[in-house]
Amino acid sequence: MTATTDGPPPGFGRRLRKEDQRFVRGQGTYTDDVQLPGMLYGAVLRSPHPHARILSIDTVAAEAHPKVKAVITGETLAARNLAWMPTLSADTQAVLATDKVRFQGQEVAFVVAEDRYAARDALELIDVEYEPLPAVVDALRALEPGAPVIRDDLAGKTDNHIFDWEAGDAARTEAVFADAEVTVTQDMLYPRVHPAPLETCGAVADFDRVSGKLTIWATSQAPHAHRTLYSMVTGLPEHKIRVISPDIGGGFGNKVPIYPGYICAIVGSILTGKPVKWMEDRSENLMSTCFARDFHMHGELAASRDGKIRAVRVKVLADHGAFNGVAQPSKYPAGFFGVFTGSYDLEAAHCQVTGVYTNKAPGGVAYSCSFRITEAVYLVERMVDVLAFELGLDPAELRLANLLQPAQFPYTCQTGWVYDSGDYPRALRLAMDIAGYEDLRKEQYSERARGQLMGIGISFFTEAVGAGPRKHMDILGFGMADGVELRIHPTGSAVLRISVQTQGQGHETTFAQIVAEELGLSPDDVEVVHGDTDQTPFGLGTYGSRSTPVSGAATAMVARKVRERARIVASAMLEVDPADLEWERGRWFVRGDPDQGKTMAEIAMASHSNLDLPEGVEGHLDATCVYNPPNLTYPFGAYICVVDVDPGTGTVAVRRFIAVDDCGVRINPMIVEGQVHGGLADGIGMALMEGIAFDADGNCLGGSFMDYLLPTALECPSWELGQTVTPSPHHPFGAKGVGESATVGSPPAVVNAVMDALRPYGVRHADMPLTPAQVWRAIQGRPLRTDLAIG
Amino acid sequence: MTMRVAVTVNGTEYAREVEPRLLLIHFLRDELGLTGSHWGCDTSNCGSCVVWLDARPVKSCTVLAAMADGRAVRTVEGLERDGQLDPVQQGFIECHGLQCGFCTSGMMMTARWLLDHYPDPDEAQIREAISGQICRCTGYENIVRSVRWAAKHAEAGPDDIEEPRV
Repeated sequence: MTATTDGPPPGFGRRLRKEDQRFVRGQGTYTDDVQLPGMLYGAVLRSPHPHARILSIDTVAAEAHPKVKAVITGETLAARNLAWMPTLSADTQAVLATDKVRFQGQEVAFVVAEDRYAARDALELIDVEYEPLPAVVDALRALEPGAPVIRDDLAGKTDNHIFDWEAGDAARTEAVFADAEVTVTQDMLYPRVHPAPLETCGAVADFDRVSGKLTIWATSQAPHAHRTLYSMVTGLPEHKIRVISPDIGGGFGNKVPIYPGYICAIVGSILTGKPVKWMEDRSENLMSTCFARDFHMHGELAASRDGKIRAVRVKVLADHGAFNGVAQPSKYPAGFFGVFTGSYDLEAAHCQVTGVYTNKAPGGVAYSCSFRITEAVYLVERMVDVLAFELGLDPAELRLANLLQPAQFPYTCQTGWVYDSGDYPRALRLAMDIAGYEDLRKEQYSERARGQLMGIGISFFTEAVGAGPRKHMDILGFGMADGVELRIHPTGSAVLRISVQTQGQGHETTFAQIVAEELGLSPDDVEVVHGDTDQTPFGLGTYGSRSTPVSGAATAMVARKVRERARIVASAMLEVDPADLEWERGRWFVRGDPDQGKTMAEIAMASHSNLDLPEGVEGHLDATCVYNPPNLTYPFGAYICVVDVDPGTGTVAVRRFIAVDDCGVRINPMIVEGQVHGGLADGIGMALMEGIAFDADGNCLGGSFMDYLLPTALECPSWELGQTVTPSPHHPFGAKGVGESATVGSPPAVVNAVMDALRPYGVRHADMPLTPAQVWRAIQGRPLRTDLAIG
Repeated sequence: MTMRVAVTVNGTEYAREVEPRLLLIHFLRDELGLTGSHWGCDTSNCGSCVVWLDARPVKSCTVLAAMADGRAVRTVEGLERDGQLDPVQQGFIECHGLQCGFCTSGMMMTARWLLDHYPDPDEAQIREAISGQICRCTGYENIVRSVRWAAKHAEAGPDDIEEPRV
């Protein structure tokens, strides 16, 4: 117990992480570390074809394998009404294919065996007869007449169209465009990428036949939502399902959906009566689980000749793969792409998004994308640079001339999103100061004279995170409010139970800091319980940078409830009216008589004692809270990237990266900076290296880390960070989410820098990933790849 | 068919009857219960599985347990000495060199080897040393700082470790 009256106790501020103690000792418990007596191992047989009819599946030889305990096919599941499951976008997805396979790597059968190797061996013994069908992996061709119909399982479906969605005012936007002095147009692809957490997805399912209770350890970013869905899918009563999300080796959105392997592990355990572990390998992870992006965008800007941006318009073709498995609030089929208006004061804006099915893995919303704000920011920040290119303006000056001004907040953008707070010019000027922008331009001038290709790229982003207001935001009907419970033990230490859980973000530390800040305890005296549905209240999970904006807010609110309960107890102890008490960290005292006071520890003990308590407190200080956010929070930032391009090879080296982030009040700056670092590396990866490509036959060309390249320490520079702090006006302590800011903001900075380097060659745009080959082609004036489907 | 494999892991000898094809990472994790080393990619790209084999870092997802027969393996569980964290472990805590923790054991095993051979590595040397390993969380900066911290505090015990900077 360290509650104290000697100065403010440690709340917010740099603080080492509690969770590190186990991780540095190799004592974390990830899903694959869970070892249960008698546990069996599952393995998934996957389709080699991107599109094929299943004629027959022969499992006899596999079942005869001495170590095999069960072989499950779509037929086995269909008998239990489990062959199909709902996706998080209210589509359906095959758990194990019954009629057709619709992407390469799709789940066809599941083997349960005594060990992992035997399970894999038995997969080889399953004989599946396929009739290959024409595949479509290019979204641009998916809507052509005569394109193979992928989802003929859906009644009456005769094409590959999923949805049309629009935002903004088409007529007003058209009027501004018709009237504009300058318009620029650019097609761009945000390629299909994959979040690729280092820990792949997996589960251990343990069904107890006696109690009827199913316990499932899984790599889940949303354990409560998973529990409810498992109940709805399997028919097991929800109170007989316990989902445990143990330590998670990175999520980045990859671990939001329910995957067929989880359902198969559950069925395997029910059938065998033993615990069943299923862990996918890396190729399975890259080929079959939730990918990201795959957005074909046609962008247009309208502006005045002197560079006043007036309107933005965009048409998007969104490739959702074979099943619409995106995880996002139901009202927003294109996620939060609606904030494509960016950080600028516009007269009008309009976007139109069409979603299509292709013979590729399902997903789309992942990889720290803040529900597609990655795509929105990339679009607008590339378009601004395209405008600067055409008008011959400096991209920093162009942005400064168009950024929203502090007095305009709260600002309702042209598509209706209400930006809560910001001082954008200050952030950009700070980034320019850190970079030494003018000197960099001078250096670039002299480098160009010597034939060297140096580029300086800028991006300014506005994020919208913390989903979200329940009235507008739900996933499958579940409102995105989060519950929290706070218990204060008699001796004054606390246990906080939260619905979100860490995949590396450090919740055990930062959420303890929130309670510490609110109640004047030491963070060491606050235990944070998370990732276990039997032990924590309901909430929608950790993704979309929502933990701090939603559950963090819930934590502050519940601590304030406890504080008010403590006030009543203190008033009884001091025999004064509660209204006569004042709070200082960790202590209520009598106004005007500071020596007369009680610490939280004293109050906690008294709340459990035989003290006669006034109305309003039955005893104890414990409280619960559900937080329904009134709005999203809008973090923002200004990024500057400096690159050197080798004109001979097209190789891009990132020399410097300056990132100024404003995420409001920072609970733990060390952790915030770590989050930003990781996102910046993501940006370099996506801009320069990462891409899940497909060949014309539908073969996935990004199915291993040999093919899907991720940045290492050699591709990343030493990051240069800066910060401004503009509190969110509606968040209890002024914080905004930050987990995805850098992943959202950094790719356009890198691409803008490379395009800036290639300016002497007249190159205006080239699609990511800007591999040496792609850059070399741009330098040579050769045709660029505009789509990753290689014909 | 099985074969007997005897390996000294973190100073303790273990003998097991295993399949000849069993990977060292699975031998350590599933047979010995040493789950601090992780299985991340199968293709020697990510380095979550790095352990020492006869005092050299190897990727244990592409080494057979049989190849370790009669040899010495050191894993993350063997970094701590007499209940005291290795400076590399302490450095990762002090400098926020880990987030999800999945790559951390492999990173620390490489870092320990680097510091044993190059006690005062500069940033470029550290980046080169860990360039065969992937971290998806930290952007590498704080891993570099962690290794530098460990170099500066080579003999540090808990009492010598300075308070974290605020």
